[in-house]
Amino acid sequence: MSSVSRLLPTRLTSTGIVYLVLVLVVVAGAIITAAEGRNFFSGGNISAILTGTSILGFIAIGQTLVILGGSLDLSVPYVTSLSSLVAGVIMAGQTSNIALAVLTALGVAALIGLVNGLVVTYLHVHGFIATLGMGLILAGYLGTNYRGSAGSAPRDFRLIGALNIGPVPLSTLIMLGCAVLVMLLLRRTRIGHHLYAVGGQREVARLSGVRTQPPLILAHVLCSVLAGLAGLLLLARLSVGSPTIGSQGGYDLMSIAAVVLGGTVLAGGKGNILGTLGGVAIFAVLDNVMGVMELNAFLRDIVRGLVIVVAVAVYARRSTDTRPPRFAHPPDDGGGRHTLAPTTAGATR
Amino acid sequence: MTAATPTTDTAPRPDLPWHQGGAAGRALRALRTPGGAVFVLVAVLLVAVIAANPNFGEPGSLIRFIGRTAPVAIAAMGQYFVIVSGEFDLSMAAVVSMQVVIAGNFIGQEEARIIPGLLLMLALGALVGIVNGLATTILKVPSFIVTLGTMLALSGLVFYLTGGAATGNPVDTFRQIGRGGIRDVPVLEIIPYPAIILLVLAVAAVWLMRRPFGRTLVAVGDNPEAVRLSGSATWWLKTRAFILSSLAATVAGIILVGYAGVHPSVGQGYEFTAITAVVIGGVVLGGGRGWVLSAAAGAFALELLFTLLNFVGVASTWRDTVQGVIIIVAVAAGARAWAAGQRRQTRSTPQTTQQNQPTTQGDA
Repeated sequence: MSSVSRLLPTRLTSTGIVYLVLVLVVVAGAIITAAEGRNFFSGGNISAILTGTSILGFIAIGQTLVILGGSLDLSVPYVTSLSSLVAGVIMAGQTSNIALAVLTALGVAALIGLVNGLVVTYLHVHGFIATLGMGLILAGYLGTNYRGSAGSAPRDFRLIGALNIGPVPLSTLIMLGCAVLVMLLLRRTRIGHHLYAVGGQREVARLSGVRTQPPLILAHVLCSVLAGLAGLLLLARLSVGSPTIGSQGGYDLMSIAAVVLGGTVLAGGKGNILGTLGGVAIFAVLDNVMGVMELNAFLRDIVRGLVIVVAVAVYARRSTDTRPPRFAHPPDDGGGRHTLAPTTAGATR
Repeated sequence: MTAATPTTDTAPRPDLPWHQGGAAGRALRALRTPGGAVFVLVAVLLVAVIAANPNFGEPGSLIRFIGRTAPVAIAAMGQYFVIVSGEFDLSMAAVVSMQVVIAGNFIGQEEARIIPGLLLMLALGALVGIVNGLATTILKVPSFIVTLGTMLALSGLVFYLTGGAATGNPVDTFRQIGRGGIRDVPVLEIIPYPAIILLVLAVAAVWLMRRPFGRTLVAVGDNPEAVRLSGSATWWLKTRAFILSSLAATVAGIILVGYAGVHPSVGQGYEFTAITAVVIGGVVLGGGRGWVLSAAAGAFALELLFTLLNFVGVASTWRDTVQGVIIIVAVAAGARAWAAGQRRQTRSTPQTTQQNQPTTQGDA
């Protein structure tokens, strides 16, 4: 076991593993697709995979922020549905209403995120409960006030969902743009660094003079806004707002799975957006390949469940023996592995 | 709460606050903790429901209500074991659906298969618990992810086997477990079997939480590192908690077959309902605090509230919203009360409790 780990590059970060897994999945997918007599790398297929990443991508980016801060957001699917409905109803097929509709939908989403953030930070309610509660509140509202799909998107708005630049859909580009902005926020701004600090160890951050509330509130607001964007995108694709579109996709749990698949630690304080994008891409490729294989929709759930658990088990092994650089003395690095090797071997047997 | 506090009688030292005063004084104090307050909540809601609909107060309909609530309460007690040890079990609903489908397909119309069927269901339930527990403890995957994975896998399997439609119909004798009861009882008319099962399991759960297993389980939720250093096999403790949770879901499934019939969607949302009930019972997510009967009482509070809304004439679609508001309010109030209790405790024994707190929260 230890000889195998020596062969691996010593500085393989968890993001590195994510992309290694992604490459493996792509290779396996290409082989399987070829066996079915289709071309995995054809423009249409690439475009289909990228389209598959965009919606989960928006939500998973927001979810990463919240998880980095040591919280969770289970209300995202309902925010997505609500935003698609609000925007759809306001647009009502008129091009002139687009700006107003988008702003209102995102404003509503931001407000929900703000409430989530305030409840988590000032009422000291665990993020799991606060957002589960918020999700239920929204579910009740949606269930009571909307019997079915409502509103309609004008043609100009529907273009966002349909337009492709080369093989890359516009929606994916918007998603990647958001990812870059959030990355800059995390790496270049003070509040981004504070978010890591608060997620890693809230009390230590507080004692070091960080105000612990603003980063977490910001994370919740951004998460809801991104979920709102996903709702707008769904509206652009389906051209009607739907009260069940979010919960049907299971975006709450799937986005958390994608974030964790991307190497972010569920307890917070460690992880990055790049890994999350890798996790989302893994899911998209898997879905695509299973679609090509014409696998039963329910078997797909089984495969997804297995992939999540296995992948996270691999990282968990990895992250138990990595420390932030300043704690890792280069000569000690191998020693730390040696002590861990027996448990690893015992578990694999 | 009172039962969950580990008691060690070692060196002479001032009594812990909970041990001061007589039985009545302690009971009153317990009612002020979140785990005790839920019983007050149940009483208040019960009075409100009876005020809204006096018929509900008759012993016969009360006992029927207890029978109807039994599966949720049993699931909540199962979820309690996992939550108090600092983990989550999201696979509960999928286990319920799996058991319901097995009951429909394996037992079918043959009475001879009831006993093997029950054994098979319990064995499969235990197996799911073992898988959840081992993946969480040995593979060190967060339980949220593990149980999410088993949830996806199991519900996928159930839908794959059934095609998403109701299939099979177990024999009536089997359905009597959930539907029937001991008839011709004075005053009560009928004692439903689910109520009896609930009572037996509640007694068993309380007994279990007073055993070394229960005490260590709470300790694992509070501070896993300390428990590990003091020589307990934490992996086996947590795995047993997961097994108990899946078995509770199995029992809930067996009862639900009686009422709801066989459909893969039976049990949907059970995991979050059970977690809500546990949380209303004042049990702290992240582990280490709470009493098992408070979790069951939380389930009753939730169901009473839904009944009240029903009688008052609120549309059933608002149920979710009410559940959402309650869960947030309960946890916010609970967090405040536990923090107050912690301060009182720290003052009398000014040791490391305060320093440990951030660690436990970080793990959650």
